[in-house]
Amino acid sequence: MILGASTFVEGVDFAFMFILGIAFFFLISITAVMIFFIYRYNKKRNPKATQVKDSTTLEITWTVIPLILVMGMFYYGYVGWIPMKKPPEEGVTITSHARMWSFSFEYENGRVSDKLYVPVDTAVIINLNAMDVLHAFYIPAFRIKEDMVPGLANNRTWFEATKTGSYSVFCAEYCGLQHSYMLSEVVVMEQDEFWEWYHDPDAMTLEVPDDADPAILGRQIISSKGCTACHSLDGSSLVGPTFAGRYGETITVITDGQEREVLYDEEYVKRSIYDPDYDITEGFRPGQMLSYEGEISEEEIEFIVAFLESLNE
Amino acid sequence: MSETTSSKHVSFLQYKGKYKGILGWILSTDHKRVGLLYLYTMLVFFSLAAILGLLMKLQLIAPGYTIMGPQTYNAMFTVHGIIMIFIIVVPGLPAVFGNFFLPIMIGAKDVAFPRLNLASWWIYVIGILVVLTSQFVGGWPDTGWTFYAPYSFQTPANVLPALFGAFILGFSSILTGINFVVTVHRMRAPGMSWFKMPLFPWTLYATAWVQILATPVIGITLLLTVMERVLGVGVFDPALGGDPILYQHLFWIYSHPAVYIMILPGMGAISEILPVFSQKRIYGYKAIVLSSLAIAFVGYFVWGHHMFTSGMSGRALYAFSFLTFIVAIPSAIKVFNWVSTMYKGSLNLQTPFYWATSFIFVFMIGGLTGLVLGSLATNVHVHDTHFVVAHFHFIVFGGTGFSFMAALHYWFPKMFGRMYDANWANTGWAVFFSGFLTLYLPMFYLGIQGMPRRYYDYLPEFHGGNIISSLGAILMIAGAMIIIVNLVRSSRHGQKTSDKNPWGGRTLEWETDTPPTLENWDEIPNVTEEPYEYK
Repeated sequence: MILGASTFVEGVDFAFMFILGIAFFFLISITAVMIFFIYRYNKKRNPKATQVKDSTTLEITWTVIPLILVMGMFYYGYVGWIPMKKPPEEGVTITSHARMWSFSFEYENGRVSDKLYVPVDTAVIINLNAMDVLHAFYIPAFRIKEDMVPGLANNRTWFEATKTGSYSVFCAEYCGLQHSYMLSEVVVMEQDEFWEWYHDPDAMTLEVPDDADPAILGRQIISSKGCTACHSLDGSSLVGPTFAGRYGETITVITDGQEREVLYDEEYVKRSIYDPDYDITEGFRPGQMLSYEGEISEEEIEFIVAFLESLNE
Repeated sequence: MSETTSSKHVSFLQYKGKYKGILGWILSTDHKRVGLLYLYTMLVFFSLAAILGLLMKLQLIAPGYTIMGPQTYNAMFTVHGIIMIFIIVVPGLPAVFGNFFLPIMIGAKDVAFPRLNLASWWIYVIGILVVLTSQFVGGWPDTGWTFYAPYSFQTPANVLPALFGAFILGFSSILTGINFVVTVHRMRAPGMSWFKMPLFPWTLYATAWVQILATPVIGITLLLTVMERVLGVGVFDPALGGDPILYQHLFWIYSHPAVYIMILPGMGAISEILPVFSQKRIYGYKAIVLSSLAIAFVGYFVWGHHMFTSGMSGRALYAFSFLTFIVAIPSAIKVFNWVSTMYKGSLNLQTPFYWATSFIFVFMIGGLTGLVLGSLATNVHVHDTHFVVAHFHFIVFGGTGFSFMAALHYWFPKMFGRMYDANWANTGWAVFFSGFLTLYLPMFYLGIQGMPRRYYDYLPEFHGGNIISSLGAILMIAGAMIIIVNLVRSSRHGQKTSDKNPWGGRTLEWETDTPPTLENWDEIPNVTEEPYEYK
């Protein structure tokens, strides 16, 4: 099988092997019998058919044997699956927010990250929060997948990673234009390493070394929040208008159905992030973006502005 | 019977009714002409949707932008799905071969309600036109053929016409179902008791019940979705207090039985072809009849296996998993009976036989991988990945498609009074079959690796499987072109034949003229033997 790194892998992969083993056995043997019949009984070799009577015994045999086998499949499928439905009481709880088209992960102490950081050999319970449409939280290496349903109570999944390293997280439920770009990573760390990261006080506030280039910080925020899924950096139009070559220009927008001219400045950027439907750039549709209020701080917006400015250079 | 040329023996193709030219076809209530109208309509739309499929595979041949952007790609898999499901495989064999051969095989002159039958085709065409308007007015829908809520309410793309068109197509399906049920009950020839009826009519009968009982559910669902989009009713959209999982339940309560609408008639056609090309009775006639009815019945109760990760309650999930394994058994029984039919037969290796045996092979792969999807633990991993895409193409395209081609090559001389070029037909089959396997087998691997479906772009680790799969698509389309060109050409210029029974069949359609006359029979036949009574 493919790479596996959670406690579910053993049960799931056993069910795979059990089912695929039986499937290959039947596929190969029935095909071989068919090929043999075609060879042995073709018209040239066997010009006259011999009529054969139906046999009830045979019919019962090939009903009962497959029935027993599939009940075995049902059983192992059940056994491999039931632990996924029983999250333990104790564990690290993390909330995954999904929106078109990015994941973000919120920890109990308020820390937010775009990658999922978890400790090894520890139960991790993920509360699933879909903010707009259906998404699905899928980690192939852990063998888990659960739909993220807007408005659904108790929408959650859990896992216990067994190997450190990083693994892909995919959105598996089709969610529109950039569905195939809605992915993230789960980083499994040694336990002490994780807790160090978790409690790192510096990480709670945006770390700004004095010599840091604000534009580069802005670039990091833009990619970690998934903005570039809809806003290009090269001038092309995606779902939303491009970021390139716009800052400082006067642009035409629709506000309350009225066309108006507005300066693309810091104030405008802030309003577009906190209240995206207030001004709609000409040629684009409202209702495509949710507000990032509470997710992107005003301080961070300053860095984003610095980055946008740098795109004009 | 002598080859008279009296007016009574004019074939249905030549027959001059009230209307001339094309009107003589589109206003004809003759079940054979209606069947051919469906065939031609499907040919056009199948070609269109197959080209969309090919373009999608070309996009996936390498990561990133290859030949189209994501919006186009998303619209293409949506339209590909809508056309293939609602316009091709759901009407599928019943609309073409059911219309053409059901009355003949049970010794009737037409279906019970010929006008209703023509109306079904008209409704079908209107449904198609409504679906097509979505392509020209506003943007193509981009929701996938499943129209899952709440995305289908939020996308600015043009979903309404597609939904409404699918709703109209449902009526065509229901009317055909009603027509076939009544025809089978009331119009069987004297002596043809239920258990003397050939297997293709049997499967059409089982299918017709599913069409009548399940299709209204999708009708209601699609209508609710239309109301939700237009009036903001709030049944499915959580933003309005609705439940998106309810949508999935309603959708699959129809769409799972619909899979049996697609596959059962195909199984029936295979059960006709194998005895003829083995010159042997079908093995386990009653077992095949009963398993068809069992599939039609149990098939209603397994829809939940499309929703194992949806957030539904755990108890419901293992009940659905259990029932899914139960419904696998009747299909297995059929495979065993088909293979046994070949035992000690005298196998006539012709094109329909190749299609039928390759059908068994691909259907087995489709069915056996279905077990992976029926089991809870494994389903969670491969649900909504390329594994599922491969699985349902093996069932719906492998199962229904291969049996459709088998049936077409089997009944072709009877339908057109001409024979196709057998060498080209066999070449087309070989190319198509190899292309089919190269296209879809790698997708199982991609799915187990974890590549989600409906993916415009992918990570580098999925590249290998996609290259092979895309090359397979090119090969398969080449095969399809050989087959279609050969058949279309042969229907006009193929060698003429009036041989009533070119394959040595024992069912009633091989006792009528080739091609049949307007009313099929001078005298309604009297049935005394069981079907497939080879001596």
